[in-house]
Amino acid sequence: MTQVKTEKVRIATTSLAGCFGCHMSLLDIDERILQLAELVEFHKSPVVDRKTFQERCAVGLIEGGCCNAENVETLRAFRDQCDILVSVGDCATMGGIPALRNLVPLEECLREAFLDGPSTVNPTGRPPDDPELPLLLDKVYPCHEVVRVDYHLPGCPPSADALWAALQALLTGAEPTLPYPLLKYD
Amino acid sequence: MKAALVSHTVARHGSDAPALMAVLRDIQSAEGCVSEARQHEVADAMHLRPALVRAFVGFYSFLTERPQGRVVIRLCDDVVDRMKGYDRVRHSFEDALGIAVGETTADGTVTLERTPCIGLCDQAPAALINDIPFTELSSDRAWEIVRGLQEHGDPERLVTRMGDGRNRHPRIHAMVNNNVQHQGPFIFGPLNRGEAIRKALSMTPFEVIRTLKTARLRGRGGAGFPTGMKWEFTRVARGARKFIVCNADEGEPGTFKDRVILTEFPDRVLAGMTIAGYALGAREGLFYLRGEYAYLRDYLESVLEQRRADNLIGRDILGRKGFDFDVEIRMGAGSYLCGEETALLNSCEGLPGDARDRPPFPAEAGYLGYPTSVNNVETLCCVAKILERGPATFAEQGLPESAGTKVLSISGDCTRPGIYEVPFGIELQEVLELSGGTDAAAVLVGGPSGALVGPDGFDRRISFEDLATGGALVVFGPQRDLLEVLRGYADFFAEESCGYCTPCRIGTQLIQEYLARIHAGRADRQDVEGMIRAARTMKRSSRCGLGQTACNPILKTLESFPGFFDGWLAEETNGTRGAFDLEEAVAESRALRGGDHV
Amino acid sequence: MSDRVSFTIDGTRVEAFRSQSIMDAAMESGVYIPRLCHVPGLDPWGSCRVCTVKVNGRFSTACTQPAMTGLTVENDTEELNDLRRDLVEMLFVGGNHFCMSCEKSGNCELQAMGYRLGITAPLHPYLHPDRDVDASHPDIMLDHNRCILCARCVRTSRDLDGKQVFDFVNRGSDRRIAIDPGARLKDSDADVTDRALDACPVGALLRKREGFRVPVGEREYDHVAIGEEDGVDPVSDLWDES
Repeated sequence: MTQVKTEKVRIATTSLAGCFGCHMSLLDIDERILQLAELVEFHKSPVVDRKTFQERCAVGLIEGGCCNAENVETLRAFRDQCDILVSVGDCATMGGIPALRNLVPLEECLREAFLDGPSTVNPTGRPPDDPELPLLLDKVYPCHEVVRVDYHLPGCPPSADALWAALQALLTGAEPTLPYPLLKYD
Repeated sequence: MKAALVSHTVARHGSDAPALMAVLRDIQSAEGCVSEARQHEVADAMHLRPALVRAFVGFYSFLTERPQGRVVIRLCDDVVDRMKGYDRVRHSFEDALGIAVGETTADGTVTLERTPCIGLCDQAPAALINDIPFTELSSDRAWEIVRGLQEHGDPERLVTRMGDGRNRHPRIHAMVNNNVQHQGPFIFGPLNRGEAIRKALSMTPFEVIRTLKTARLRGRGGAGFPTGMKWEFTRVARGARKFIVCNADEGEPGTFKDRVILTEFPDRVLAGMTIAGYALGAREGLFYLRGEYAYLRDYLESVLEQRRADNLIGRDILGRKGFDFDVEIRMGAGSYLCGEETALLNSCEGLPGDARDRPPFPAEAGYLGYPTSVNNVETLCCVAKILERGPATFAEQGLPESAGTKVLSISGDCTRPGIYEVPFGIELQEVLELSGGTDAAAVLVGGPSGALVGPDGFDRRISFEDLATGGALVVFGPQRDLLEVLRGYADFFAEESCGYCTPCRIGTQLIQEYLARIHAGRADRQDVEGMIRAARTMKRSSRCGLGQTACNPILKTLESFPGFFDGWLAEETNGTRGAFDLEEAVAESRALRGGDHV
Repeated sequence: MSDRVSFTIDGTRVEAFRSQSIMDAAMESGVYIPRLCHVPGLDPWGSCRVCTVKVNGRFSTACTQPAMTGLTVENDTEELNDLRRDLVEMLFVGGNHFCMSCEKSGNCELQAMGYRLGITAPLHPYLHPDRDVDASHPDIMLDHNRCILCARCVRTSRDLDGKQVFDFVNRGSDRRIAIDPGARLKDSDADVTDRALDACPVGALLRKREGFRVPVGEREYDHVAIGEEDGVDPVSDLWDES
């Protein structure tokens, strides 16, 4: 990354149905984060705690797949506001651990989680149903089934080196293809 | 008696592995299932691995581990049956029996099942009750049948009328009609019993093969391999035994020509087999009859008996010392793939009907590893007629690459469904005129593994040069939802894939899923591209013909109707996939939250 | 010599015995043809179709196609690698493969093939089949969710262990590895020392209590692509680490 642009590239990130592990991995780039800070401005992102888009971003990094209506809304906003959208991590690219529930009917999942589980104490006898809670989707979707996704960066999480390599490529306008040791599904 | 069932059955059919089908079919029909315990007993008695017996039972849809009723109603839900009122008939059966498809009545007497094409599209909707075909079903008829079954429980007594032609024969005694609408000179020409074999015996075996080459005969199953060349391979292959197999397992949805040929001219088919025996130096013939045509079995056995009595098969045939040839009927049990010759051979050997790798080809190593020639019913009829009337008479009909005639099974939206023997090279338009299907919006030529052709292509010719077909033609009128039609065939292929190889096992499921999304308006261009990608992968890398052609409802349809799927596609807006419908995705949890069932 | 044949793979001349398959000949000559169901020492099976090559212009599986003089075989081409990518994608969406929690991860050949072919995400819809786990055996686990039906256990048990523990049952999407009717793994002859367990390319057949023994970074395919293990593949320069 030789040429330093005068204006920083705006990046947005979010975690949908994920565990924030991918974000942690991003922080794992260690001292390179200083270099990154020179190059990019984190816009809407948990890294800087900005909740809404005020400006278009060049790159959007999505962690997590879609398990509820709010995830879909957020993902659509990212698609709308970002020039390049990247699915980061196995949850975004294939549903990941949350997608294990796709093997079980939704009603059964809720029953097990909130009513019948061996350690469950739930005097209401109902799963949480506050209107503020987003509605669950019938199954967990990888991001590319909901919006058009430009690149996929698998891994659980993708390593700091993989994220760094992909970001480097994206910031120079190249395709973020990973060298062999960095392409991982785990 | 119960305990002796297996030992009696095995004693009757023998304990060699090839008898497995006959043994398991008998146990299934005696007990309504082949239980795990019976599987172990059979394995013991036949010295087979229990896992193999289990694999066999699991493969064929007429064999079940789960108990079925004494009476099993198999409603045919082929695309044509659906066009002709399958749903109404199904609902009537379900209401009358108080069960859904796939269930057995509480008293354990009647099971209601669905099944793919049973070769009765010209008189759909149809069903098999035990082995007995019931045709042109209606709601009233369904209720009547159920009432009869509740009264006396005997499906035989529900056979209320006879079909045409030899369906009246006491050994057939079926309500089936042949519907022969157009008789050609060869398959439906006059029968001259013994003449073809006599002519063959006046030649050397190689002259017989040369005669077929001169006639330019090609296999009638659809692939069209030159019969003379195929026979020559088996003739020159070395083996202590050789086998002639008649493939009477027509399973392509929409085809029923073999059913009619076997009803009217079984002698002609058997003559063709006998001539093959002579030409190839084989003494043993296997006649693989699809499980759906079990009602013809008794009759075919009687024809074989008569031919033995007349010295047309058996020992020293027609007085020729040392020319021995006999035929044994082998049954299928509900598997489309067994119409593929190597799967058929596996089935005959007592194995699940997976296809085999080629090479080696059956001509070198077929049944039990011996040189084997597998031939279509219609091809064998052509052989007999070519020997009888000379190759020139045959070759002067048709086109250079497609000599002779072709028997077509025509059904769907036409006024005269049935059987047509027409010269090769006939235009599709003329076929539609003959069968009363001229307002067709599309015709499926060669069944779902063939090609869907639109009016632009009605000037195309039935021939190996242009529109090759095993003979199934399904006509679709302008009122039909062709996407629904494609979905029906996609379901068929997914059900019939043996699952051995990746592209067919998973590709057929992906096509089902993609078509379902498209039909529901939940797909965009990316999905169509994904579907085409899967279809191409199937075409290029599937292990046998099933997978290589199961993609044709997608690929051939797009050739005939470019942009076919476009009208159903949802638009992508601002990068939001048309394929994803948020309202639909939250519908279930909205309902759960609103209701009180969780 | 009449029992020797000679043909080309991607332009490289390859010698073989007449009875050999294209795959065997390629392996002996150090040419890598991607494969999942084929392993040397077992009869060819031809189910994964990943070894599909073009032989004189026709698609064919290298493991089942006999070597013959004069064949022109295409192997490492964009067209064929695209086809293989789609086949591997199909295997991923056709089963329930959760690499992040699988004991076999890093040593899994299906995963490694995905890496080699550069698959970042399967784009076909996930089919999420309903599959069982048979954990009845004290030392062995059989997870049908991860099985790719390659028959390596079936053949190894039959031909190398001399046991025939496994077979296939059912057809189409229901096809799966099976043992005797009504039996579970604990009722079978399967033993923790069976070579069949080592034959599984994925995490379907596993020895219990052995998962995650090898740390991440030291597993078989962490650094070296499948097919490049012994540096036997001079043709391919798939990965540029610079």
